[in-house]
Amino acid sequence: MANPVDSEVSRRGVLVGGTATAMIGILPSGQVQAQSARSDAARQDFGVSFEVNGKPYSLQLDTRTTLLDALREHIHLTGSKKGCDHGQCGACTVIINGVRINSCLTLAVMHQDDRITTIEGLGTPEQLHPMQAAFVKHDGYQCGYCTPGQICSAVAVLDEIKAGIPSHVSADLTSPPALTNIEMRERMSGNICRCGAYSNIAEAIAEAAGSKT
Amino acid sequence: MKFDTPATPNPIDRLRVVGKPHDRVEGRLKTTGAATYAYEHHSVPSDPAYGYVVGAAIPKGRIKSIDIARAKAAQGVIAVISHENAGPLAKGEFYTQRFLAGPEVDHYHQVAALVVAETFEQARSAASLVRIDYLKSDGSFDLEAQKRTAPVAKQGPYGGPTETAVGDFAGAFAASAVKLDETYTTPDQAHAMMEPHATMAIWEGDKLTCWTSIQQMNWGTRDLAKTLGIPKENVRLISPYIGGGFGGKGTAQSDLVMAALGARAARRPVKLALQRPLMFNNLIHRPATIQRIQIGANLDGKIIAIGHESLSGNLRGGRTEPTTLSTRALYAGANRMTRVRLAVLDLAEGNAMRAPGEAPGMMALEIAMDEMAEKLEMDPVRLRILNDTQVDPEKPERPFSSRRFVECLETGAGQFGWSNRNATPGKVRDGRWFVGMGMAAAIRGAPISKSGARVRLDSGGVVTVETDMTDIGTGSYTIVAQTAAEMMGVSIDKVVAKLGDSTFPETPGSGGQQGAPSVTAGVYAACAKLREAVAQKLGFNSVDLVFADGEVRSGNRAVPLGAAAQSGDIIVEDFMEYGDLAKRFAQQTFGAHFAEVAVDSFTGEIRVRRMLAVCAAGRILNPKTARSQVIGGMTMGIGAALMEEMVVDTRFGFFVNHDLAGYEVPVHADVPHLDVIFIDELDPTMSPLQAKGLGELGLTGVAAAVANAIYNATGVRVREYPVTLDKFLAALPDVT
Repeated sequence: MANPVDSEVSRRGVLVGGTATAMIGILPSGQVQAQSARSDAARQDFGVSFEVNGKPYSLQLDTRTTLLDALREHIHLTGSKKGCDHGQCGACTVIINGVRINSCLTLAVMHQDDRITTIEGLGTPEQLHPMQAAFVKHDGYQCGYCTPGQICSAVAVLDEIKAGIPSHVSADLTSPPALTNIEMRERMSGNICRCGAYSNIAEAIAEAAGSKT
Repeated sequence: MKFDTPATPNPIDRLRVVGKPHDRVEGRLKTTGAATYAYEHHSVPSDPAYGYVVGAAIPKGRIKSIDIARAKAAQGVIAVISHENAGPLAKGEFYTQRFLAGPEVDHYHQVAALVVAETFEQARSAASLVRIDYLKSDGSFDLEAQKRTAPVAKQGPYGGPTETAVGDFAGAFAASAVKLDETYTTPDQAHAMMEPHATMAIWEGDKLTCWTSIQQMNWGTRDLAKTLGIPKENVRLISPYIGGGFGGKGTAQSDLVMAALGARAARRPVKLALQRPLMFNNLIHRPATIQRIQIGANLDGKIIAIGHESLSGNLRGGRTEPTTLSTRALYAGANRMTRVRLAVLDLAEGNAMRAPGEAPGMMALEIAMDEMAEKLEMDPVRLRILNDTQVDPEKPERPFSSRRFVECLETGAGQFGWSNRNATPGKVRDGRWFVGMGMAAAIRGAPISKSGARVRLDSGGVVTVETDMTDIGTGSYTIVAQTAAEMMGVSIDKVVAKLGDSTFPETPGSGGQQGAPSVTAGVYAACAKLREAVAQKLGFNSVDLVFADGEVRSGNRAVPLGAAAQSGDIIVEDFMEYGDLAKRFAQQTFGAHFAEVAVDSFTGEIRVRRMLAVCAAGRILNPKTARSQVIGGMTMGIGAALMEEMVVDTRFGFFVNHDLAGYEVPVHADVPHLDVIFIDELDPTMSPLQAKGLGELGLTGVAAAVANAIYNATGVRVREYPVTLDKFLAALPDVT
């Protein structure tokens, strides 16, 4: 039996949200239907200046551009990867003013005067950062797509531990966290590696951190 | 070159480069962000437009009307493609899915429209302005509902026969002293590779070039050409780096087709990456299964009857999940039966995911063996050893080419400290934790296929290898370079491996764990030909030639290899093809997995404490990348055991948890240090390299080993994957 979907969808909308505009909310994410009265958003450009890997950039960007897309599509630094565009996988991790961030979850225009470090800023194929060298040595990657994010995260994690920032698994919130295997694994858990290189990544980070665990 | 008799001594046996744990040759590029994936080739096509996909919002029915006017008028929009203007589209040969809905919708999130605009932001915004009215029709989404009605599947080109019978299964099972008859379920699983399916397409006249992310270049060109109705010769695919696949990027899917259509409509290069939340319902996945296993044994543990019936679902015309493959080959037993049935479901297509058939089949079979061991009051390792067979149990006249399964079991048991396991479940405590050990067998077929390569020698002694093989993280670049280096007697830094271009000689690509043995045999053949060409050029008698240390030597004469190319590069091409060795011998890879878990007695939280895999897979071409393949499989197996499940909403007909937040895969915190041991083995029936693949072996059995460990820890048996705490928490012993 065929029935028009609109009545079906409306019923669901009412059930879930109680209003007609709940439509957007109840459709699975990433699939936006235009049933609601949504205006045609026109592009608005905005100027932003920031530093990437020590180099100044001044860009005129659509305000909707994420930092990740600014890096990849405008500056052509494609080392930062887009795995999900929703802050769920960590492949886009970059370091801003010393702190790691999912660059897909932040708009580029929010970063006026920020100092951004991407994987390209840590080292080059000819001159690897110690963390990059450790990943190569311990085979802490396979397909390579999550790798820049893993490495940026790992570099920032060591700084977080050094700064005394506790994590979910820190036994004591007041004394400095230790460079243990479980401490690093907990802190790295926002970076998914579907190839399953975790065991090797843990060893790479441990070596770069100069710890034995 | 034809390989039709078992391998004899050859230059690979020197093992100066092959068999060594070389770092990946592309490692420095991947760790610095310099490796370019499909969406990232900024230097090649200038000024690409951006595509954004609109997925169908119903699982089954029709597109009643589609209004693209507002989207078309939106700022920056160049083209909007739907079934109304796409022109006729066929299907590929391997997947049954149609890549564009309309007017019929076959599954949720099937592509309904593609918006192409100047920028990504504009395309995304305009996609929200495409108005589609659907006429929904009833669909089937519930596998369980077809448990009794689904017919036995027709045999397809892959997966083997859907019904097998040896001896008198029913009679022998009925007469068995000890019997097991249980049903196990495995859920729909997603590949969830990190790089979304992405393509950048360019038309030059009627020639189409696509930078894409695909595992099998030859299938991709075939299927894209067939879908678009253009000659295969007009399609070129380029995939130098692929951000994971696991079977999910086997051949052409919607990103490739829609990018090609978009670029044709926009008359300029178009790139698109499928949005992550679309991928789970748009693309292929590993289908759910319901499996019944029956095992009958004598009191001494000898299996006399083994039966495996399995049900999975798919779109009409889709393939089965051949879960019975392993049961047909793994254990002895004179009376055998397998049966695979197939239901029609209107969900996204079920198709190959890492170890298709074997992975979910072993999830069931290897819990069943654990249960059987308990019934027999026998150690699970001992039960498996007792039922080992050195011949194909269905055809006793056909021996295994190599089967060091028992050594895998014994080595693993010894290394893991299996003798410390308490066979009575729920008895080992570590504070608030229940602790348990489990194990399972691993088995996966060892296919090998015709594979070609082109090799070029220049005057500097550099050897360049070109094949259309792909590296999806498996280490192909490195083992190709190692093989050529060994054959030509040069160090690995004198070899340039070029992969992932459909204009290069054809290989079977990455799939079915046949990539490594196939491509290296093709490189062997091409290098053998290059050696002859070099000998001829240098005026050597090729019989007693030695290629070593960058030189070609014969008797007292030694010439630098590059000298042969002084007057111009030498370029040769060859392929390896095969005789009937695969028919005469059962070629499989084997292994054993061991796991120790802790289960929180209060909350039911499961922690994997340690794991060990022992694998026998022929010559290990590179122990470092091979080990990574195996730990990758173990990690995916932890996911299969504990968390991975695409949940079907049977009312609305789609996978609910369709992103990387909802579809949980293992993260760092879930995975401890993983150990891998390779059993020293050569399989001369495979190729001159005597190697087999192992990327899929490492996954088979893992989930069962973890599930068995949870049982050993808690005493609660869960037969429905994933083993989540809701399924056993209530049955845990009272907290004391």
